[in-house]
Amino acid sequence: MKSNDYLPHEVQIVARVQEAPDIFTLRLRFTDLAHHARYHFDAGQFNMLYLHGVGEVAISIASDPKDTHLIDHTVRVVGRVTKALAQLQTGDYLGLRGPFGRGWPMAAAQGRDVLLITGGLGCAPVVSVVHYVLRRRAHYARLIIMQGVKHTHDLIWRRQYDTWAAAPNTQVLLTADQTGQGWPFNTGLVTQLIGQAQFDPANAVAMLCGPEGMMRATAHALQERGLPDHDIWLSMERNMHCAVGHCGHCQFGGSFICKDGPVYPLPEISHLLGVKGF
Amino acid sequence: MNHFLAREDFPHLLRALTQAGYDCVGPQIRQGAIVFDHLHSVTQLPQGWQDEQQPAHYRLEQTDSPYWFDWSNGASAIKPYTFAPQENLWTVQRDQSGRLRFQATLPKPQKTAIIGVRACDLAALALQDQHFLHGKHVDPYYQARRESLLLIGVNCTHAAATCFCVSTGDGPEIRQPYDLLLSEIAAGFLLSSGSTAGATLAAQLPLTPASNAQQHTAQQRMHAATQQQRHLPAKPPLFAHLDHPHWQTVGARCLACGNCTSVCPTCFCHQAVEIPDLDGDTSRHERRWDSCFQPGHSYIHGWQIRSNATDYYRQWLTHKLAGWHEQFGRSGCTGCGRCISWCPAGIDLTAEVEQLG
Ligand SMILES: Cc1cc2nc3c(=O)[nH]c(=O)nc-3n(C[C@H](O)[C@H](O)[C@H](O)COP(=O)(O)OP(=O)(O)OC[C@H]3O[C@@H](n4cnc5c(N)ncnc54)[C@H](O)[C@@H]3O)c2cc1C
Ligand code: SF4
Ligand code: SF4
Ligand code: FES
Repeated sequence: MKSNDYLPHEVQIVARVQEAPDIFTLRLRFTDLAHHARYHFDAGQFNMLYLHGVGEVAISIASDPKDTHLIDHTVRVVGRVTKALAQLQTGDYLGLRGPFGRGWPMAAAQGRDVLLITGGLGCAPVVSVVHYVLRRRAHYARLIIMQGVKHTHDLIWRRQYDTWAAAPNTQVLLTADQTGQGWPFNTGLVTQLIGQAQFDPANAVAMLCGPEGMMRATAHALQERGLPDHDIWLSMERNMHCAVGHCGHCQFGGSFICKDGPVYPLPEISHLLGVKGF
Repeated sequence: MNHFLAREDFPHLLRALTQAGYDCVGPQIRQGAIVFDHLHSVTQLPQGWQDEQQPAHYRLEQTDSPYWFDWSNGASAIKPYTFAPQENLWTVQRDQSGRLRFQATLPKPQKTAIIGVRACDLAALALQDQHFLHGKHVDPYYQARRESLLLIGVNCTHAAATCFCVSTGDGPEIRQPYDLLLSEIAAGFLLSSGSTAGATLAAQLPLTPASNAQQHTAQQRMHAATQQQRHLPAKPPLFAHLDHPHWQTVGARCLACGNCTSVCPTCFCHQAVEIPDLDGDTSRHERRWDSCFQPGHSYIHGWQIRSNATDYYRQWLTHKLAGWHEQFGRSGCTGCGRCISWCPAGIDLTAEVEQLG
């Protein structure tokens, strides 16, 4: 039979983890075990999750590409579909199709410093890169994790940051626009942290995820530290229906974010980044 | 074009197609416009009818000429025959234990012969093929419909005032693959075949060798269609002019109705719609044509990237005339002129591009 990239495959929720009041992780397995065995993905790729009678949403794959046991997705409740997904329990069934898109440049980053910079409300795809690097610590040079949030209470996985900060050759820099009591970290924008980051601009790769304004400002600050444009990578988000480059919703200039992205090196998108209406 | 088919012998072609199992589709008049629909008899063809087109204007006029194909395109392209306006992609059934059974609903289209396809629409079809069939992901729904088609092209002999296929390089002479190609003269048609299926059909027709005089007449008639009033530059640098004030001027006139995207033979945007059955356990996943002039087209949670006619129009034109070059190696416009005639506000992309530099 010809392949049909529009057709979801049945998956079962093997475990469900509540990460924060409105964030949860679903750990999934295809009910067709042969299909599960064939399924492979790269860090930073995404799937389309389908909830019966409700619809599909694009969600990044949070688990490790080498962990073939389960496929994890960390979801934030924002609207129609994600609200309904949040009601699901272990044992329930979903549809899944994927993986789609281009992931993070993990191979190109080997042997180099890795900067992971996120803004806004945390970023599941970047958390999975942290785990990816920590599991393969010898393959990468320094690991620098930078996260900026609006309010201090927006920082989820706070305990994880302490664990990461203790890892070898790793630097964690956190900041919040508005700080509350007992906040031991910085105040201000994530771009202001870049001066504190210890990395070798001639041998580093930065991976950015967050609001486009934040990514643009961060890219600029990295350029000023001497990091070449082609070593700055960004994760983009647009409305998605098909995920296979057909429906046109995710277009960003001449690019289809679902198949050419969602991860891009800066030179491919800098001409439209932050331009209103694109 | 070395064969001749007399006008009175044209029914042989319809018969040969029907005998070969094809459903025939051809031009005819519906509600004052030329559309493609089921064709059973040559009497349905729009003999003597000509169109007059201008921005926001389309009228048909009966003349006493003997020609069946002496008009230029109406609103309907052949796009719906390959990229259906509305199509079920799959259904899902939930059983008592909550398990989901997904079933693709691939179309099983009848073999269809489309008679009277024009150069601009064949060029647009080649672009849609590139989009749906020749990329990283193949669309099996489009593919099934596409493979069911037999294409009978007709070279244009009359260009509307809105046509500009000469400047896009797509017409009026057909250069894209076809099964059969016709050029109409008063006495009948010059005919050539472009595929095995076309040759098999041609072999069943009472053809005679075309004379030099007939070939000359056909060339001259086609030449008449090269006289066009509108032009489009090959690659307008629209992305370099995103702040041009003329975008606002067009935006103020645009009604955001999306007519331009529905009549355009190359636009491919569509949306997925979930239609749960009242039984609660069955649900259908359908796709429908969508348009970048719809507010939902660019919605992501907490942010609507484009929310006014200026942004919609700028997305449309930058995609059509610039983004396509990056995606498909050429412009997304084949010069059919439909978006000009069918825009209720009379927005004319050739004129707007001139302003936008
Ligand atoms: C490549 C990619 C990866 C993503 N990874 C994650 C992730 O790992 N975790 C996570 O929580 N979220 C992720 N998102 C965002 C997630 O897709 C949206 O939050 C989700 O679609 C919102 O759906 P909703 O029905 O709950 O919201 P509503 O606001 O009700 O949205 C209605 C519909 O609009 C569309 N839509 C709305 N927001 C988005 C959006 N941001 N992106 C694409 N389509 C949207 C969807 O079709 C959605 O069903 C990702 C988005 C993209 C494009
Ligand atoms: S943009 Fe207008 S003229 Fe060009 S192919 Fe589309 S409808 Fe025809
Ligand atoms: S983005 Fe607009 S111009 Fe481009 S294919 Fe979609 S509807 Fe047509
Ligand atoms: S999501 Fe349909 S083209 Fe990208």
